Amino acid sequence: MLKTPATSEVASEKKSVSKKKFVFRLNANDKYFSMFFLGPSLLLLGLFVFYPLFKTLYISMFLTDTFGNTTVFTGLQNYVNLISSADFMNSLFVTLIYVLAVTVLTITMGLLLANLASKKLPGIGIFRTLYSMTMGVSVAVAAIFWLFMFNPSTGFFALVSNALKLTPINWLTDPKNAMLAVIITTVWMNLGFTFLILLGSIESVPRSLYEAAEVEGASSSRQFFKITLPMISPTLFFVSTITIIDAFKSFGLIDLITKGGPTNATNMLVYRIYKDAFYSGNYAKSSTEAIILTVIIAFFTLIQFKFLEKKVNY
Amino acid sequence: MPTILKNVSKEYAQGKKVLDNVSAEIKTGEFFVIVGPSGCGKSTLLRMIAGLTEISDGTIKIEDRVVNDLPPKDRNLTMVFQSYALFPFLSVWDNVAFGLKARQNDAAKIKERVDNALKMVNLEEFSDRKPRELSGGQRQRVALARAVASDAKICLMDEPLSNLDAQLRIKMHQEIYALQRKLGLTLIYVTHDQVEAMTMADHIMVLNDSKIQQVGTPTEIYNHPANEFVASFFGVPPINLMNAKKVSENIALVNKDFEVELAQTIEEENFRIGIRPNQLQVNKADELHANATIKAVEFLGDEKIVHTEMNHGGVISVIVASEAVFDPFESIEITCDDSSKALLFDLDGNNITETQGVAYNA
Repeated sequence: MLKTPATSEVASEKKSVSKKKFVFRLNANDKYFSMFFLGPSLLLLGLFVFYPLFKTLYISMFLTDTFGNTTVFTGLQNYVNLISSADFMNSLFVTLIYVLAVTVLTITMGLLLANLASKKLPGIGIFRTLYSMTMGVSVAVAAIFWLFMFNPSTGFFALVSNALKLTPINWLTDPKNAMLAVIITTVWMNLGFTFLILLGSIESVPRSLYEAAEVEGASSSRQFFKITLPMISPTLFFVSTITIIDAFKSFGLIDLITKGGPTNATNMLVYRIYKDAFYSGNYAKSSTEAIILTVIIAFFTLIQFKFLEKKVNY
Repeated sequence: MPTILKNVSKEYAQGKKVLDNVSAEIKTGEFFVIVGPSGCGKSTLLRMIAGLTEISDGTIKIEDRVVNDLPPKDRNLTMVFQSYALFPFLSVWDNVAFGLKARQNDAAKIKERVDNALKMVNLEEFSDRKPRELSGGQRQRVALARAVASDAKICLMDEPLSNLDAQLRIKMHQEIYALQRKLGLTLIYVTHDQVEAMTMADHIMVLNDSKIQQVGTPTEIYNHPANEFVASFFGVPPINLMNAKKVSENIALVNKDFEVELAQTIEEENFRIGIRPNQLQVNKADELHANATIKAVEFLGDEKIVHTEMNHGGVISVIVASEAVFDPFESIEITCDDSSKALLFDLDGNNITETQGVAYNA
């Protein structure tokens, strides 16, 4: 018994000696050492993120021909033109409205459903599956489905308002309603993911916190606002960041449902960028818009991290 | 007014009984400990008193009110959880104030009670800290303060000390005990630790296999255990339980290895005998007289525990003075010079020791 440690020590000494001969030594202080780990991701990011970003920035300071080649350097003239254009400001405005509405609605409804589904009720599994189902639906399918729903003569809403003898709403042809239609569709699409993330977060709150609160006399609404909300605030923060950024980048649904219309009522920034580049061939203008969108998203992300993160961390 | 449990049972859907016909009376202002091995249903019983788990059968009465269908908040009690159940996003002060705020007390009263409670557990200086900035013992104290701050006179504790290290646990025993006495709380305390139960309780309820084994004071339970389970659950090292055979009216052959003179006459031909490790003696012996072999010796400072293997099988522990020199593999003779405290059990494990005027309720 007593001899074992001694022999193993000798053995390990031998091992380390023999190891030294063969090991190719990497020195952590080596200048190039970190490149081994950073290299692959830097390469990929550079190729697909940084290069296009800087190229876009570059193009936005030129005039371009129809092939996207730069012709005349104009400095910030493209930006000045855009900011003074009422058309662009309208796009900016509708995008902000859309982002605000989508985020608020997605988070509140997701929270509501997740809180309901976290209760231990019979058959709750069915609802959990149903609520998270939209995660598996592609944008194209969702768009077509909602186009059917909004159809003025055969759509679900039209049928309902006919049955109730109400004047049917022109969902997609009235500028005011088109925005609402796009918002409804986006929220519906977002709900699955938001619901699932929030449900997971609510379920991970320790049961004993609620039990303690129950013994101490806290009502269930108080438990929701005083325990659930603060406990899931990091997740809420995460979900709202994702939703805001996603909403800013919204393209597919708009392209399929309204094509930015009617009368530019749903002409969001990304859709505008797409049209300016690939319909009008104005690459300089669309690059400029892309840079402005990037700055806006970066600004929002920064604000969220600066102000919200402090509050939600406990 | 006492808290009364009457024929309380808990059965889950699959017909699995977790608690079977549990009855007890917990007097106001007493320290009542529910003890038992894990899975015996002790936490379930506590949660049923709290109202966090439904009762399948029987009644629970708190202060003359049947509370079977009352929600936890209307039972006028407070609870300390094993995990402490502190709100990580609230300061110590707000954690303690949580229940008082929920019950809509006015601000002045809340402040007074919270400050008072924090003072009582020596945490006034930490009132602005978040739970994660506290040590395990301090968190435990916050949980205690929350119970203290409440108006409730009944406090339930579910293994509150099991996350603390041994030294801190002993310190907290004393603090909890002192608090309970000072405030006159009725404290119902669940633990799996027999030492905790013995040191703090006014009355102990021993649970095993979802049934009550015995309810009694620590002395009753230690000296007059109702059955083999209770006898072996209390005491470190545990009591030595062996088979015994009647030799003559009051002489028994224990484990076929040594004879013991009993303080009573026995009728049973075969029975079981329980002798605590400090009631046995060990002597070195030659091959001829030896009835056991030493397996291991544990040094505890003031004393040593000698673990031996009997010649006819079975393991016995004996406490000896720390100066005694014993080594593993030595042959020894085990005897019991004074067997007046030996406990006798029938083959079903029930205590059949005659007790002189001391009653215990089984």
